[in-house]
Amino acid sequence: MRRSSALLAVAALALSGAIAHARLVSPQVSDAAITGASLPPKLSDFGFFIHPDAQVPTLGVTPYALNTPLWSDGADKLRFIYLPEGTRLHADGEGLLRFPVGAAIIKTFAFGEGTSRRLIETRVLLHRTDGWVPLPYRWNAEQTEATLALAGARIDVTNPAGEAISYRIPNTNQCKECHSLNGAVIPIGPKARNLAAAWLGDMVQAGLLDQVPESANRLPDWRTHVKGAAAPLARAYLDVNCAHCHQPGGMASNSGLDLRWEQADPHAIGIMKRPVAAGRGAGGHEFAIVPGAPDQSILAYRLASAEPGVAMPELGKSTVDPDGVAVVRRWILEMKTQ
Amino acid sequence: MLRTTLAAALLASAAPVWAATHMIAPGADAAEKLQEALIMAEPGDEIVLAAGRYPLSDGLSLDVAGVTVRGAGPALTILDFTGQQGSGEGLLVTSDNVTLRDFAIENPKGDGIKSKGADNIIYHRIRVTWTNGPSASNGAYGIYPVESTGILISHSEVSGASDAGIYVGQSQRITVRNSVASDNVAGIEIENSRDAIVTQNYVTRNTGGILVFDLPSLPVMGGGNVVVSGNLVAGNNTPNFAPPGNIVGNVPRGTGIMVMANENVWVDGNIVQDNPTAPFMVIAYSQRFDDARYNPFPRNVVIGENMVDSGATDPALPGAPLLLAAFGGALPPILWDGLSQAGAAPALAVTGDIAGWSLNLQRQGQALAEAQPGPLTAPEQGIKWDASAVGAPPELEARLK
Repeated sequence: MRRSSALLAVAALALSGAIAHARLVSPQVSDAAITGASLPPKLSDFGFFIHPDAQVPTLGVTPYALNTPLWSDGADKLRFIYLPEGTRLHADGEGLLRFPVGAAIIKTFAFGEGTSRRLIETRVLLHRTDGWVPLPYRWNAEQTEATLALAGARIDVTNPAGEAISYRIPNTNQCKECHSLNGAVIPIGPKARNLAAAWLGDMVQAGLLDQVPESANRLPDWRTHVKGAAAPLARAYLDVNCAHCHQPGGMASNSGLDLRWEQADPHAIGIMKRPVAAGRGAGGHEFAIVPGAPDQSILAYRLASAEPGVAMPELGKSTVDPDGVAVVRRWILEMKTQ
Repeated sequence: MLRTTLAAALLASAAPVWAATHMIAPGADAAEKLQEALIMAEPGDEIVLAAGRYPLSDGLSLDVAGVTVRGAGPALTILDFTGQQGSGEGLLVTSDNVTLRDFAIENPKGDGIKSKGADNIIYHRIRVTWTNGPSASNGAYGIYPVESTGILISHSEVSGASDAGIYVGQSQRITVRNSVASDNVAGIEIENSRDAIVTQNYVTRNTGGILVFDLPSLPVMGGGNVVVSGNLVAGNNTPNFAPPGNIVGNVPRGTGIMVMANENVWVDGNIVQDNPTAPFMVIAYSQRFDDARYNPFPRNVVIGENMVDSGATDPALPGAPLLLAAFGGALPPILWDGLSQAGAAPALAVTGDIAGWSLNLQRQGQALAEAQPGPLTAPEQGIKWDASAVGAPPELEARLK
């Protein structure tokens, strides 16, 4: 995208007050911080935000949302993409958008609503010449700055259900566990199938994306989870929450379980599949999924547990997602028995 | 750049002169310091853990190649996961050429140490212990390398695993030696792996001692070329405490050395005592499967000269009293299910003078209740196979010197 046109667009929005005013004097993102070899000690070193506490992004940083998001203990998530000047994304079918070197993906995790919102951590994925680098940043109590937390951290928070939980900021290696495929670190979220066609269209309009793929927007909108058709919701949920590890070349490849959206083989997605290395995670059950019987299905059992050694996913989860469990159980219950 | 070049050279030589050493000592911030060192280490570096107990609330992980993690000894440096709140294992290694030595992991909630896609890894003088003894609530595997080429496990010790103490899965070029596996469901298990040797280990008080399995529907299948020799497999009679649903949950207590499916397995020179269901068991995979790539039958399992007692005096098998009466008080030491692949190598050859019996099953998956027990007849010679690639690559042994 050409900065000048973006500035014009911002100028047109100037009536909308303080934020737009801030944009007019907005600082540049530090491309050196993204592409350099160092690990920037502070989130502000990147310059992604004009008002960090309000998560107001600067020029070149675009917010986005996913149809079905990864569940992280009920945290609110604010997602952004940064593209260096003169670059754009390329669509690649229904899969991950292709990012130019120098791009960054930014995700802030927060609890609470409105003015009482508390930022906990911001995770960045930096696309450097030798690959993607994941870094977690932990917000201070004053909400003025987030500092690099290479080794991760545990933070006491109150989740939306009002429970006191020990929230885990992953360490850099744990970032890589979920983000690795065939030994390389890659993004997980921004797949065309999980992005709204409207957003993709806006990106094309802004010159930030080459085209809107036909397969955009295939995953259901998770907000329909209570009454929506169970199968697409459950498959989307498993794709988004589990498949980054449970696929060939992923961290849990040795399980033989492949939970990707596009996997059509019933056995591969767990139907009447015996566990391999589940240990006590099997919960006394013999198969990952027994059609019609969620109470006998290891997959539902592990999803409904928060106990380390049993709980799935293994990372980024201190508490059970009741909505996800309900959808997956409904899907298994509706399956035709053999 | 200079450092990278040096690091590459160091990987080739065994004595890292230029490598950095990261010293970690017990203390309030030890867990964070240790994890930071595991992240910031560069190839060739050594992370040294001083003696003491390190309480850890989260799993550790290492993803840098060529790093050594060294404690003061398996009794002295203890990574204590009793209060673990997250992660599926105590320590996860995902990089190549790593050496883990001289430390212990206690009470991990899931697996002890898992190394995945981590080629040429050494576990030396590592201890993984669930301190409460056998319990279904313990983690599954103690030492757990998977999907790797080049694995050396030596002088290590695992007890209390609710699946397998030392478990090597979907890997090749493997040595498990001079280690102790006790009070696990399976002492040592080689699963869906090739070119492995299990030797000079002491395997006791497990449900089953040494298991060589090949299972269907895994990314890596076709287990074989496995040598089990010179082990002491004694007193494996702990009631099976595996959580139901796991394949080892089917292993009867009192099993010594068990081979399921696989090709070319050589069992020789072991001392096999007091395993009262079956000192040796050779069987086909018994469950239903739907995987055209999978061969459920054992092929060319050879049981050579082993020092074995009179056999199974207290078998955990249906109809045990009748069986014992029929065989004169003790079942012969080798149990075979009678199944072999038509047109392939015989399932089992017995080159020594050990007697056996057969269930005489007629087809894969047949119920045990339909067995027609009788004496074993098996060829006295196996088929030769090329064992030159068996065991960890020599450079791993050299790295320990």
